[in-house]
Amino acid sequence: MYRHWFRVEWEGLDKIPMTGGALLVSNHAGAIPSDAPAIMHGIEEELGRPVYGMADYFFRKVPVVGTLWSRAGGVAAHPDNAYRLLHDQGQLSLVFPEGTKGPSKTYADRYRLRRFGRGGFVEIAMRSGVPVIPIAVVGAEESMPILFRINGLAKALKLPYFPVTANDLAFGPLLGKVAYFPAKIKIHVLDPVTFDVDPGLERYSKSRVMDEAERIRAMLQDTLHDMLRERRSVWFG
Amino acid sequence: MGRRVLITGLDTFWGGRMAQALEADPNVEMILGLGTDEPKVPLERTEFVRADQTYSILNRIVRATQVDTIVHTFLKTNSVGISSRVLHEINVIGTLNLLAAAGAPGTSVRQVVVKSSTHIYGASEKDPAWFREETGRNAPVRTRLERSLIEVEALVRDFIMDNPRLVVSVLRFAHVLGTDILTPISADLRRRLLPCIAGFDPLVQFVEEDDVVRSLEHVTRHRIPGTFNVAGAGKLPWSEVASIAGAFLFPLPPINPRSFASPFRLLGLIQFPVEMETLLRFGRGVDTSRLIETGFAYRYSSAGAVESLARANNLRRAVGDDEPAYRYEQDVEQFFQHSPAVVREIDG
Repeated sequence: MYRHWFRVEWEGLDKIPMTGGALLVSNHAGAIPSDAPAIMHGIEEELGRPVYGMADYFFRKVPVVGTLWSRAGGVAAHPDNAYRLLHDQGQLSLVFPEGTKGPSKTYADRYRLRRFGRGGFVEIAMRSGVPVIPIAVVGAEESMPILFRINGLAKALKLPYFPVTANDLAFGPLLGKVAYFPAKIKIHVLDPVTFDVDPGLERYSKSRVMDEAERIRAMLQDTLHDMLRERRSVWFG
Repeated sequence: MGRRVLITGLDTFWGGRMAQALEADPNVEMILGLGTDEPKVPLERTEFVRADQTYSILNRIVRATQVDTIVHTFLKTNSVGISSRVLHEINVIGTLNLLAAAGAPGTSVRQVVVKSSTHIYGASEKDPAWFREETGRNAPVRTRLERSLIEVEALVRDFIMDNPRLVVSVLRFAHVLGTDILTPISADLRRRLLPCIAGFDPLVQFVEEDDVVRSLEHVTRHRIPGTFNVAGAGKLPWSEVASIAGAFLFPLPPINPRSFASPFRLLGLIQFPVEMETLLRFGRGVDTSRLIETGFAYRYSSAGAVESLARANNLRRAVGDDEPAYRYEQDVEQFFQHSPAVVREIDG
């Protein structure tokens, strides 16, 4: 999948440290996002370091999905878990600060970053004393684009969102939930962002946290636009 | 002067093994055990007093014997085969009477050790991977057992506030497995049929029975105050528990597994206490670094606890259930402990 379907291409992989903790922050896209496994598998393949993906705890309630996710190295997004991974164990951990707002956006809004939560990821990185490394992903949006959402059905099934994707139309409603379009995925690693604060504090200035979160969001958004400017084809890059 | 220790639940695994461990300690002058039933392990010098479940006579016993340490192990940490009323009587009312006796004016008691369970954290999808002692629970309290444990710890907290001079130690044990102890999980593993919920493979943590007794002894001997998680290192997937113990997984449907399981529970094929349901979905892990910092060293990891049980089961399958090697006979015990005819070597 990684090599032959999405033909993932990295840029700036050397900016990811070989040792010590770092918080990877990325944009999130596609009805069932293909960017998370692409990044996690990619770094593991290229650098030989495991990456722990932080996902909404909602997944743990879903049979099979939750088990597979945790076997693949996924962790529920709980501040304690993130701190333990980053500070105590010095691991790489991946978050999508857009949360479910990212993958639930429709194709018309592609590559427009949503609000970055409440800046919790910046606070965790400050407390653990690790850098934030923004990662821009292009291609995941097109691998499973959402045409529209059915909100009533999502509510009835207690899901965060219920998408109807182009894949559903192409492959039928069942296969369309697992079959991705072979979009070319390009991943661009940005310069690490470090914070000039004391680690280990209980609280950090909210305005500082929100400013940093917004700065990282703007960096990612600019990079995404640059990458899209350079891209000639969705399928071949 | 040596220590004078009172142990509750002498007839259970916990109290009996704890009494045996303390008997080996020369600093312990006197051991008194309370139980609703006769002790099931041979004891050298422990005095046994039969008491009702709620320890209404405890006040008198504490005053008469001037004990300085109370080890409260008679708490139910699973709800199999016990009505919610009895559970409440044993856990909440028993602890209430015990703490009242320990905190009476002019008390001789200096330390109280209380057994608790990691069930107090519950299990939900919002949980952290590892609970620290001060982490609050996320899951709503649904079962009688969890409610009673929460009430017990609330009683203990009040007791600490009212009696700041006393050393109070609370140990929260993960699921105990081992050679001898019989718990819902070990009973299922013995029958080689382990219930699980289809589509879930939770990470769970165990503690070996020897580590249980050693940790109780550790906090008692060194008079260590505080609340501690007690569990073996690491968590392991439920499916691996089954494969180590050579058991088959018995998948229950993710929707309403309890009613599906009830005919099998009635037939005695599986035990599936209500507090296990969320555990089998989300698992639970506790951070044990606080107890390790006090100088306690575990002998078994979580996987080691399962292996220890698996070895015991292998033996049991080969030679069958061994006859209980010991039966308590009051006259004999009385004779050995108190008759002037018995020559006693240890003399102070």
